[in-house]
Amino acid sequence: MKPRAGHVFVAGYVVLLAAFGIVPTAYGIYFAFTNAANYFAGLSNFTAAARDFRYLPALGHVGLYLVIWLAALVILVTGLALVLQQLRTRRLGRTVRFLYYIPGALAGAASVLVWLFMLDPTVSPAAGLERLLGYGTFGQVVEPGHLAVLFAMIAFWTGAGGWIVVMYGALNNIPLDVIEAARIDGAGGWQVARRIQIPMLRKWIVYMVILAFAAGTQLFIEPQLVSEASLGVAGRDYSLNQLSYDFAFQNNNVNYAAAISVELLVISVAVAAVFVTRSRFFDAD
Amino acid sequence: MALITSAHRARSRLRPVRARAVLAVGAAALLAATVAACGNGSSSGSGGSAGGAKNGFTQAPQSSGPLTVWVDSSRVPAAQAYQKAHPGVPLKIVTYDGDANGSNTLQTKVSLYDRTGHGWPDVVFSAESNELSWAVSAGFTAPLNQGLVPSSVLGNFATGALNPCTVNGKVYCLRNDLAMVVLWYNAKLMKQWGYQVPTTWPQYEQLGLKVAQQHPGYIVGNAGDTFTPEIYMWASQCQANHITGLRAVTVNVTTPNCSRMASLLDTLVKAKSMSTLSVFSTAFDKNEKGKVLMLPGPAWFSGAIFDAPAALNAPKGEIAAAPIPQWPGSSPASTGNVGGGLWLLSAHSAHLKQAVDFLTWVTTNNAYQADLAPGYPAYAPAATAWLANQAKSGYFATDISPVLQQAAGQVWPGWGYGQFSQEAIWAATVVPGLTTGKTIVSMLPAWQSAITSHAQADGYQVSQ
Repeated sequence: MKPRAGHVFVAGYVVLLAAFGIVPTAYGIYFAFTNAANYFAGLSNFTAAARDFRYLPALGHVGLYLVIWLAALVILVTGLALVLQQLRTRRLGRTVRFLYYIPGALAGAASVLVWLFMLDPTVSPAAGLERLLGYGTFGQVVEPGHLAVLFAMIAFWTGAGGWIVVMYGALNNIPLDVIEAARIDGAGGWQVARRIQIPMLRKWIVYMVILAFAAGTQLFIEPQLVSEASLGVAGRDYSLNQLSYDFAFQNNNVNYAAAISVELLVISVAVAAVFVTRSRFFDAD
Repeated sequence: MALITSAHRARSRLRPVRARAVLAVGAAALLAATVAACGNGSSSGSGGSAGGAKNGFTQAPQSSGPLTVWVDSSRVPAAQAYQKAHPGVPLKIVTYDGDANGSNTLQTKVSLYDRTGHGWPDVVFSAESNELSWAVSAGFTAPLNQGLVPSSVLGNFATGALNPCTVNGKVYCLRNDLAMVVLWYNAKLMKQWGYQVPTTWPQYEQLGLKVAQQHPGYIVGNAGDTFTPEIYMWASQCQANHITGLRAVTVNVTTPNCSRMASLLDTLVKAKSMSTLSVFSTAFDKNEKGKVLMLPGPAWFSGAIFDAPAALNAPKGEIAAAPIPQWPGSSPASTGNVGGGLWLLSAHSAHLKQAVDFLTWVTTNNAYQADLAPGYPAYAPAATAWLANQAKSGYFATDISPVLQQAAGQVWPGWGYGQFSQEAIWAATVVPGLTTGKTIVSMLPAWQSAITSHAQADGYQVSQ
């Protein structure tokens, strides 16, 4: 009877996965390889979408954003988790952990809205800092050259807290006797972190990078909302996902849109495969 | 973008932003849902009369049931006024963003309904005056001058008011309001400082330089909006948006008609008597309140910018309107236009008779257009009544009726209504450069190539 109970428990998820994951993906792949008349189109949707004047800039934007964001994520999340673990008093540790996590509790779009206020010097609590940097208006803050950094900041603020808590949990799973042994051998806090803790966190870091990369290539809400808030001055057609959205609903071309989506899927899967094999992610300890 | 919509939207940025976010998430979900629903064609037809080709299009089988109308928040009073006058008509009022700022909500939803085969609204208000560029070829809009709306009614709209509604001689929508550009000015300050209202652009430029010197901090105009080209470039007869066919456009923005206006704007921006903020930004309200000497802008600036507590909130008896300045030797007199909403009738409607009645009522009846509407009505008899109401309110320093009436017929017809959004292109191409101190003249070639690229992406043949 045991296997049957398992099937029942999993069934709900499988139905949703099929309805909102697998079927739409298959539908998207179908669109990517057919034309408007539903005939097989080979790779023509991919080449035509790549020749669009917005494609290369969008690719560049997403690439730059990923570099900034992933670097910040890996360095700061690991660093903050280590600091968090070093905190002496339990109460302080608990409070800081909670503070890190709060932004992650806001739903995606809502947390970006918070940033729209932060970035507008006329209403921002950080207006003094923005003026100090020479930005007096919202337009100056969101000028095109700043966008990659701004989006990385927003993404870090909304997404990093959850990862810090995960890393903290992983750090606590490192057997104490290993660390004790290192201490006895004369290792300081820095050496313990570098020689023991970070290597033992490797799989978690890889896991974080894979998921963050997949989410980062799909950058959409941040530029879309900034575009709306700046009345189109910044962030329109900024990312590949936005370009896909515009192809589908502005240029009325679902096929090009699907081609870009399939590209993003392929890139994410390929990068995940590289990371998984290189890091021996699935090896047993 | 039109009318108070813009004011509303920009002032409470959150609403459209949230709508868009929900849309983004919803669109994905809807797309997934269509997988299940796609394939079954029409699901209407609850035993009503049979459809068929009539009035110039294939009509859906007619049935009874509530009339679904989509309006933006500023047009809710229109639907409510209709409901009040027709208590027996079942009406379902749906509020959406009105497609302002090229949000494409309507097009997005309609393309999804086209896939599922049902769900279209009966009547829609749109703040985008280029809506027909996709709606006609998508088969969404019904022609109105083939028997649905009497020609006596259509003939009463102001000259040129139905231009954005007309494709190949067929009228596919009714215009809600006109948004012709005039020169708004502070009559009290002009008199106090002994200035004459300029009638030509060179005079305007001279006065702008004088103001910069004699009264620093005051502005004679604003060039930081997405619709800046529709105020200045359109009025200057700049060939940025000359739609010559269903899928053909001529773009030529490096000619004197464009560069003369670009360099005028550059001169005044440099002198600091021309603001580069958006009139809908909080910074504009904060910095420019009480500092606006002149402001070229559409008819709806009166209610959205001047007589608006949340914006400039200019006191009663100070603001007046004059005809927009002209370039010497250029005739006939021409002005620009910023928006002016449209009402569309769905060709899929199963309640055509009721829908046409609604459409006609909200665009022509004084109970809405003269008494409640925030902008200048496109329907001429309603406009006369609306102007009389404005005069009664005593807000303006002078009677603005003759100026607005004259400007209504002077909108330069060389600027068309294409599928690509000129506002979005200007916003992304020119505004960021202005913010960082580049001149508009230096950005004209970039503007030219951006318009060309966007037009081509929408399948337009672009010539120079």
